Amino acid sequence: MGLLKFLQKIEPDKKKSPLLHTLYDGFFTFAFSPNSTTKGGVHIRDGMDLKRTMVHVVIALQLCYIFGTYNIGHQHFVALGVHTGFIEAIHLKLAYGLIQILPIFVVTHLVGLGIEFWYAAKKGHAIEEGFLVSGALIPLIMPPDIPMWILALSVAFAVWIGKEAFGGTGMNILNIALLARVFVFFAYPTTISGDHVWVSTFLQPLTDPEGNMMYTEAGEVMLGSMKATAGSFAEYGWWHLSFFNGLFESMGLDTFQAGAMVVDGYTGATPMGIAAKGSWEDVTNVYTTSQMWWGTIPGSIGETSKPAILVGAAFLLLTGIASWRIMVSMILGCATMGLLLNAWGATEFMLVPWYYQFYIGSFFFAMAFMATDPVTAASTNRGKWIYGFLIGMVGLIIRVLNPAYPEGWMLAILFMNVFAPLIDHYVIEANIKRRAKRSAALEAASA
Amino acid sequence: MKNGIIKPAFLIFFLMTTLTATAQTSGGSSSNYFTYALIAVTALILIGVVLRVSDNLLRIEAQQVGVNAKGRDFSIFPRIGNLFQSTSPAYTNNEPITFLRKGHDILLEGEAKQIIDEESQRNTFAIQPQNFFGMSPIPKVVPEVGASIKAGDVLFFDKKRPDIKYVSPVSGEIIDVKRGAKRSIAEIIILKDKEIQYRSFDSFDIEGASREELVNYLLESGVWPFFRQRPYNLVAEQSDVPANIFVSTFDSAPLAPDLNFVVQGKEAAFQKGLDVLGKLTSGKVYLGLNARAKGAPSPAFTRATGVEKRWFNGPHPSGNVGIQIHHIAPVDGNRKAWTVNVQDLITIGTLFMEGKYDASRVIALTGAELSEPKYVQTYIGASIGDLLKNNISGENASRIISGDVLSGKQKTTDGFLDYFDDQVTVVKEGDYYEMFGWLLPIAPRPSISKTFPNFLYPKYKFTPDTNTHGEKRAFVVTGQYEKVLPMDIFPQHLMKSIIVNDFERMEGLGIYELVEEDVALCEFVCTSKQPLQSILREGLDAMIEQG
Repeated sequence: MGLLKFLQKIEPDKKKSPLLHTLYDGFFTFAFSPNSTTKGGVHIRDGMDLKRTMVHVVIALQLCYIFGTYNIGHQHFVALGVHTGFIEAIHLKLAYGLIQILPIFVVTHLVGLGIEFWYAAKKGHAIEEGFLVSGALIPLIMPPDIPMWILALSVAFAVWIGKEAFGGTGMNILNIALLARVFVFFAYPTTISGDHVWVSTFLQPLTDPEGNMMYTEAGEVMLGSMKATAGSFAEYGWWHLSFFNGLFESMGLDTFQAGAMVVDGYTGATPMGIAAKGSWEDVTNVYTTSQMWWGTIPGSIGETSKPAILVGAAFLLLTGIASWRIMVSMILGCATMGLLLNAWGATEFMLVPWYYQFYIGSFFFAMAFMATDPVTAASTNRGKWIYGFLIGMVGLIIRVLNPAYPEGWMLAILFMNVFAPLIDHYVIEANIKRRAKRSAALEAASA
Repeated sequence: MKNGIIKPAFLIFFLMTTLTATAQTSGGSSSNYFTYALIAVTALILIGVVLRVSDNLLRIEAQQVGVNAKGRDFSIFPRIGNLFQSTSPAYTNNEPITFLRKGHDILLEGEAKQIIDEESQRNTFAIQPQNFFGMSPIPKVVPEVGASIKAGDVLFFDKKRPDIKYVSPVSGEIIDVKRGAKRSIAEIIILKDKEIQYRSFDSFDIEGASREELVNYLLESGVWPFFRQRPYNLVAEQSDVPANIFVSTFDSAPLAPDLNFVVQGKEAAFQKGLDVLGKLTSGKVYLGLNARAKGAPSPAFTRATGVEKRWFNGPHPSGNVGIQIHHIAPVDGNRKAWTVNVQDLITIGTLFMEGKYDASRVIALTGAELSEPKYVQTYIGASIGDLLKNNISGENASRIISGDVLSGKQKTTDGFLDYFDDQVTVVKEGDYYEMFGWLLPIAPRPSISKTFPNFLYPKYKFTPDTNTHGEKRAFVVTGQYEKVLPMDIFPQHLMKSIIVNDFERMEGLGIYELVEEDVALCEFVCTSKQPLQSILREGLDAMIEQG
């Protein structure tokens, strides 16, 4: 218990430096459960607390993180046309993915936790655990090439306007992680939609409107944008070429090749992007269903691999952290809408077999980790059924029928977040009416 | 149970989608199988719907012709619930039984051994006026300090309700009237005589007397405070006629005394008490019995006459009388019910049989910190110090609780047993730091969360401590209170309406049906460590104030 004594000794003064004390308190309660005992009310308490709840969601996300890291690299090399096998040059893929994902993770947490800490210090309460999960989710739903300043701005917006303005953890109306994503989506749409943003990191010679190459004053080719199209080439930095290449060379492994070009005919479109424009056959021409299922397709970082997500979902269900009602009803809602659309069949996208709608896009990620957020979901059990079912339906409607938005779950969940209190209201009103009726019946029976 | 069916169904659904999808990729013809499967499922659902509808029609028919459909099944096919439901044990004699699936039994170390210790000397006793909700802070104390009184002599009364007398449980000398905050009267302490002198009451003929005479007799003899009124858990109003009176014959709280054991030898007094209750209500006297135990409950309960028996099968809080009221005949703002504890009822019965106020109680001393958990024979308001003398084993700081660990009150060895309690629990204090305790707990602890391996060891008995295992947070997790409260109530929404003082909502959401002990388990499981019992009491107090 030497550590405990040391930690207690360095406790900063709460009045002199509130922010420092808040930070200290956050760290201390992370390292040691506090020695507080029950007062009034129950004398023993359940071992479960909010920290434990939240960290289990983070644990459930770990497979998505591992696969996401791999897939960033994998997609990069697929674009280059080298190491296209699943386990080929896995070290390069993981190294590449790590270089992409780490800054995203760090920036998300610096900004999000920073705001959270600042508010905790200002309001004089302990640091709440809400951002533990939001911070773990946000990197997984971003494209791998998101510029850091946009990411920082979106996280700040989500935490500030979405959460702290409403009073902190437990008070927010909208899902924080999705709010960050929707901010990017509406404020900087080109970084998060289209065919070219899902594969990183490429530079492309810039052309003027007439199609001529542009040069700098020094006579060099001007480079810009991050589009993985034919003619663009991989951008590697110090970490790739010096750090990891040095490491891999010493072990006799493959290395990053500077100046590698994207293969001809490569588009980088996601299955959903293809499906939105063409038929299911167009999709299967590019990607096999098993690719879509296992997740070796372009997409947001953590949402592509269905097995990784489902393992996380199963973990959440077995531990009872997430609501199985929302998950089941969301699947039912999506399946119902899919069948209806199949029956309608007015466009090619509607004709995509309903069960393949689960294969493309981010349905499962939204189901397992986004819709089940207890703060923003409906809070009554009956309400959860309705809430999940409607997300399933609305999400698929947006995906298939709306030409402007490529994927529906983010908007469907935010939409239903807003409606969750209304659903709860009616469920509760029904309970109140039932009680009043029962009273009246008992009154009549005794009279 | 629903839970148990839908989760596998969910997995099967997943499997089906996966299988059909892979079948799709392998060949076009296999899509036929999928269509067949779909048709088969649809047909099954259709048959199910038809069955269900005809079933319900049958029920409606049964209701119209006046057949009591409760607990009986008129359908040809068994309901899914019936297939999985544990059948009612033989000792229930086909009397109405309610299965409660929500709730949780907290199994703790330190159960009282079934022996009654009558030897130990217990000297001081005290009545604490603040044990009665709604009591004014300074009631009128009748005898002077130093006066000697008999068991059954008036100790004090509330100036707002002077007819309700609160009497002495033992005979002896008043040695002190202790005052609490703002000069309120905290304890009236009596030093007991060696042999108890009883104030003698005239015998009373229950059959011949009017209800008013009976009420006056009960008021005068000091047993009236045993009647408590739902809603609010106040001492009953003598002018009220309760819609029903409820007695729960089992306590499902952690380490609670076994009332079958306690009632031994007092069967006649218990029955006499029930007869008295029958005269007080315009409705019925309901006896809640435990249908969960292996053996039948005490014959005092199963052979009771003049009462309606209702069996309950389920985990804690199924033994709480509030839960039983909810499932039998719920109360509201106008319909009041009364409740009486089993041992209090025996005192009432003894009064009518022997003409004396016999406040003797069998108290369970429980908890892992006791060297010898056992039952002791004593009286209402016994001194905690006397009860626990030479019995606390641990060197660790321990917490003494009058009542159970969920809804009891913290006491010191100078304190006294609360008026309605028949249990003392001693548990370890939990004022220690635990490294990564939230993530990797070292010692086992009770929990309903499946993130702990507890659910794999349903019989394991925990040695709990009073650590909060986390800090207070805003309400975040939903649906967890509903899991442990077997009532058609939304506890979280009710709590929120209390916090914002929304009276209409509180009333609508059923605040009348709850008292602290009913939400105690919700408070125990609360991830956000919210003080639900005190929130509820605030709400109840506000409702009383509103009228």
